[in-house]
Amino acid sequence: MSQQLADVSGAPPPPLPDQPAGRPTQRGSGRRARAEARAGLTLISPTLVIVVVMVVLPILWTVSLAFQNIRLLNISTAGVFGSYSFDNFEGILTSGDFWVSLRTTLIYSVLGTASAIGLGLVAALALRSAFRGRTFVRAAMLLPYVAPVVAVTYVWTTMLSPQFGVVNYWGERLLGWDNPIAFLSQRSDQVSLFGISVSLPTALLTVIAFEAWRSFPFAFLFLTARLAAAPETLEEAARVDGATPTQRFRYIVLPQLLPTIAVLSVLRFIWTFNSFDDIYLLTGGGAGTDVISVRVFNALVARGDIGAASAQALVLAVILAGMVVLYLKRFARQEEQA
Amino acid sequence: MTAATDVDRQAPSTPTRPVARTWSRDAVETQVFRVLRWVVIAFLLVITLFPFYYMVLLSLRPLDEVVQDPGALWVGPSEVILDSYDSVLAGADEGGQGFLQFMRNSAVVAFSTVALTLLVAIPGAYAVSRLQFFGRRQISGLFLAVYLFPSILLAVPLFVFFTRIGLRGSLVGLLIVYVSQIVAVSIYMLRNYFDTIPVSLEEAAAIDGCSRIGIMRRISLPLALPAIMANALFVFMIAWNEFLFALLFLVEERSRWTVSLGLSQLAGSIEIPTTVLMAGSVFVTLPIIIIFFASERLLTEGLTAGAEKG
Repeated sequence: MSQQLADVSGAPPPPLPDQPAGRPTQRGSGRRARAEARAGLTLISPTLVIVVVMVVLPILWTVSLAFQNIRLLNISTAGVFGSYSFDNFEGILTSGDFWVSLRTTLIYSVLGTASAIGLGLVAALALRSAFRGRTFVRAAMLLPYVAPVVAVTYVWTTMLSPQFGVVNYWGERLLGWDNPIAFLSQRSDQVSLFGISVSLPTALLTVIAFEAWRSFPFAFLFLTARLAAAPETLEEAARVDGATPTQRFRYIVLPQLLPTIAVLSVLRFIWTFNSFDDIYLLTGGGAGTDVISVRVFNALVARGDIGAASAQALVLAVILAGMVVLYLKRFARQEEQA
Repeated sequence: MTAATDVDRQAPSTPTRPVARTWSRDAVETQVFRVLRWVVIAFLLVITLFPFYYMVLLSLRPLDEVVQDPGALWVGPSEVILDSYDSVLAGADEGGQGFLQFMRNSAVVAFSTVALTLLVAIPGAYAVSRLQFFGRRQISGLFLAVYLFPSILLAVPLFVFFTRIGLRGSLVGLLIVYVSQIVAVSIYMLRNYFDTIPVSLEEAAAIDGCSRIGIMRRISLPLALPAIMANALFVFMIAWNEFLFALLFLVEERSRWTVSLGLSQLAGSIEIPTTVLMAGSVFVTLPIIIIFFASERLLTEGLTAGAEKG
């Protein structure tokens, strides 16, 4: 990966492992090359040890734990040579709760990713041409993303509170709501629009809205960078040819943004699919927002069921890896066709 | 590209019809977007800034007034009270919430994470960027995988492991976990900066008889200093904001709670007034906002390079 990913002014390339950028191999004497290799390994080894001990081995251990029947109470007896079985997976895959939770996780991830990128795109386009105070507005756009998650979820919970939340207060007075809406504790709500009554999953939509609010700055940053790199001459030519603003966006700007949007989709999807903090802090996984990461946490901490927690975490990781690989393959093929 | 040809066909006809020109699609769209743009900017400003404004607002109002008039969007200068701030900072033995202690814990963890991460990541990033060695590509790939890896999957084994060796409940255990998760991203970001430093500078120093360590210390590090600063701030923000592992490791030890954990744990209690916890939220957020506005340009570059996990 070149320095572009770290540089907003350039276009972010897809985050795939590539060849380390560097100078061509020095064809000096063998002794110098060996010395260089030794220096390289020495310098990288502390990091490598930490990552292997604290990340790679624990993950392998999770795989082992997922096949054993271990609880927090009897972990002192657990070792590598336990009795292995598929009990944990059987328990998970045959329980209806898990599939409901998987569905919730998917809806949350897809809608959360799409709305965050959508909002980020709108923001990037609106702030594209310069005006007085644009620097300040741009900085303000990034606040939801950098602020501590615990603080912003607390403010959201307070704002949306049915008792003394400011949103319900003004909603009842300005928007004519009959009753305060329990945004974070109500599973579903009947909403009648033009005489048709629809049932909406209130809490799930609220956490999706939160996800959009919190993550749109990330998409905004990437898309702003990409827009800055788009040559103006193309749009100018289209304008001269009489293309209207929507046509210029549809046929000139959007095609240039699509690769960036694709990368953003993959990244945001991965992170939203695993995200734990937001939902745990907003709803605690209640009211129809029981995503898999919250289930893993509850199995681990509330029930001390290590086997079930590992197995669910593993299923989560496998599904995620599968979807990312599928997406990348499909995307790569489309690129070839285009 | 059919649309492009449509456009070509329409274009010449527009000037010949002056009446149609004033109401042409182009003119209408341009006008609509000119207005819509400001509406969108105003909307975005409201949604991004209002929660933070509301946080400060509630922290300055007395609780009974908030309950009586929850819709108030302004507090007069004469009504401002700072009681919430006193109450949230005071220690538990003085009837407060002990946020001063929490902030001290967070600061210790965050600063140590920065120091340790940089200590390990700077040589690592230099090696990955500059030196040829066996397995360099694989190691880069491994770091990227670690970066994208779900932290909830790591939570299970680390929780079990630290329970077993008795490091759960200690800030040191948390520190080790933070460093191990952040170091990969940190190397990734720093490497990009090392790549931009011209190799010729280092070669010149080598010809002048400088050793490898000397080159690193005298040439590469000073040149990469802005990048290292940005990276340090970025790591600080991740460590300060982190919640999941603090919750898993420290929840039973109130004296060791980080400020994020403290706020989340106290938020569940009904005895503590919302206004006091809003003052707590201000304390959690303030260091981040200060860092952010002080170094916004540096950080926006960092954020696109490697965002936090989660």
